[in-house]
Amino acid sequence: MQTLIPHNADESRRMMQSLTNRAKPVDRRPMNFVDRLYLPAVLKGMSITFGHIFKKPPTIKYPEQTREFSPVFRGLHVLNRDEEGRERCTACGLCAVACPAEAITMEAAEREPGEENLYREEKYAARYEINMLRCIFCGLCEEACPKDAIYLSETFAPSNFARKGFIYGKKDLLIPNPVTQPEEYAKAKGKR
Amino acid sequence: MHRRFVASAARNKKTSHSAPGPCVKIIAMSELFKVTIDNITIEVPAGTTILQAARKIGGEVAPPAMCYYSKLKGSGGKCRTCLVEVSKGSEKDPRPMPKLVASCRTTVMDGMEVKNITSEKVIDARAGVVEFLLLNHPLDCPICDQAGECHLQDLSYEHGKEGTRFEFQKRTFHKHDLGPYIQLHMTRCILCYRCVFTADQLTNKRVHGVLSRGDHAEIATYIEKSLDNDFIGNVIDVCPVGALTDKTFRFKNRVWFTKPVDAHRDCDKCCGEVQLWMRGDEVFRVTARKDEWGEIKDSSKGSTGWICNECRFEKKFASDWTIEGPTQVNRHSVISQGHYVGLKKPNETFEKVMNGREPRLFMDIHSVSEVNKPEIQLSLIHGPAHSDDFKENNKD
Repeated sequence: MQTLIPHNADESRRMMQSLTNRAKPVDRRPMNFVDRLYLPAVLKGMSITFGHIFKKPPTIKYPEQTREFSPVFRGLHVLNRDEEGRERCTACGLCAVACPAEAITMEAAEREPGEENLYREEKYAARYEINMLRCIFCGLCEEACPKDAIYLSETFAPSNFARKGFIYGKKDLLIPNPVTQPEEYAKAKGKR
Repeated sequence: MHRRFVASAARNKKTSHSAPGPCVKIIAMSELFKVTIDNITIEVPAGTTILQAARKIGGEVAPPAMCYYSKLKGSGGKCRTCLVEVSKGSEKDPRPMPKLVASCRTTVMDGMEVKNITSEKVIDARAGVVEFLLLNHPLDCPICDQAGECHLQDLSYEHGKEGTRFEFQKRTFHKHDLGPYIQLHMTRCILCYRCVFTADQLTNKRVHGVLSRGDHAEIATYIEKSLDNDFIGNVIDVCPVGALTDKTFRFKNRVWFTKPVDAHRDCDKCCGEVQLWMRGDEVFRVTARKDEWGEIKDSSKGSTGWICNECRFEKKFASDWTIEGPTQVNRHSVISQGHYVGLKKPNETFEKVMNGREPRLFMDIHSVSEVNKPEIQLSLIHGPAHSDDFKENNKD
C-alpha cells in the first residue's frame, strides 16, 4: 500500500487530490498570434452569454412565485387541534425542556366544567409562547410532544422591522378550528 | 411461599426467616450477620431486612421499592417490586429459597447470598410486576404534577418493558378533594398503603383508608370527610405516584422548571426544615426534604423530618423562610435541568464606557410576552389557575 504521509510542503501540495477533477491548471504559455487578436475569445464569450437567453432561468419571481417546500422542512410552529377542534396541548412542558434554545415558555391552567369543547385534557396551556428570535427550528419540540400538539409547518416566519413581532403567542400559533372555521382550516391546511 | 419458608426455618431452630420478634432482637443486637448481595459482602446487625442491607451498599444493588417506606412502621410487602433471589439461605442451611422473596420483609441470615440485578429471574419478575402496576395506571404523565419526581416513572423506565399486553378498559375513578389542600386522583393510585400508614402513625385520628376489595379497592374518606390534621400533608410526600398531590401547586408549574432550595423556619409544630421549590423569588411548593431513596430525611434534631400543614401550604413567601442554599440534585435527574452550575454573569461594561448611559434595549421581553409577568404571581393563587385568572390581563 502506498503511504500518503507528506514529508514536506511541496510534496503535500503535489499529493493533494482535487475533489471534483474539474480543476484546470492555468495556462501560462506566451500568447500566440490568434490569442493576440482577442476577437475569437470575445466571440466565444459572447456566444456563451447569448446562449443563456434560450435556457430556462434557474431563478423564480419571488414573491409572486414561491418554491415548494420539502415535506421535511422545519418552519414556523403550529399548535394543533383535534378533529373536534379542541386544543391538544396540555402544557406538559416537554417541548420547553427539550428546547436547546430555551425559546418556549408556557403557563398552565385547569379546565373548568363547560370548557370541554375547548381543551382536550383537564390541564391546558393558558399561555404558550415561542420566541422566534431564539428558536433555531431544530424540531426537538415536535419530537418531544407526547400529545401531537406542536408541529413545524412548511412556512417560515415573515420578516419584520421590530423584534416584538417575533414573540408568537397562542393566537399566532393555533391552527384554525376545523369545526367553527372550516374554510380557514381548509385554507391553512393547503393542498396536502 | 411463606408457609414453606417458615417450615424450613423451624427445622433449623437457631435461624428465623420470619420478622424478628422482640427476643430475637435482643440476641441480635450484639451479633453481626454477613450477607452477600450481588457479590458484595456487608455485615449488618441481625434483624435487618435484605432491602436495608442492600441500601447500605447503595447504588444499583438496592432493589426499588414502591410501598416500603423505612420511616413508616408496618409498610412494605405489597407492591412486590423489591423481589430478590436468595441463592443461599444461610451458612447453616445453604439451600436456596424456592421462590423470589420480597426483600423489604425478609430479614437477613448469616452467610446469606442474595442476587438482585445479577439474577435473570429477578429482572424478568420485576418487569412483570411493573407491567401489573401499570395495568390500571393512566398514562397521563403530561398532565400529572408528580411527573419528574414520580417513583413509578423511574421504576417503569429502569425496570419495565416497553409494551403492555393489557387490552381492556383501565379502571377509572372520579377526582376527590381531600380537604382544601390535597387532591386525590384515585385512578393513579397503586394501593401502596403508605398514606394510610402515615395518617395512622402521624396524626391522632385517621379518617381515610382503603375501601372495597380487589379491583374496586380505593383510597377514600368516609363520606368525603375532610382531613384536617396538622400533619396530613405528609401523605403527599410519601405517595410514590401522583395520586395525592398538593392542590396549592396544582398545574402551576412542572417540577423541573422550579428550583429546589433548602430552607427552614421556626415552627412550633414541626421541625420546620423544608425544601422550597422556587422560580425566581416565588415559592411554588413546599415539601419535606428527601433522601436518595425518595424518603423523607431525618431532621437535624434526629427525628424524621415530617412537616406540618402550615409550613407546607400557607408559607408561600420567600420572606417566611431562612434560605440555606440550593438542594443538591442528582445530575441525572430531570430536576437538575437548566440549573447552570458555576455560572458567572459578565460585568456590564456599557454604562462605564458610555458615561453612565444605560444600553438602549431593542425589546423588553416583559412588554411583549404574556408569560411570566412579574406582576402576576401564580404561586399565590389558592388552587390551580383557571381561565378567569388569565382573562384579567389578556390583551385580546
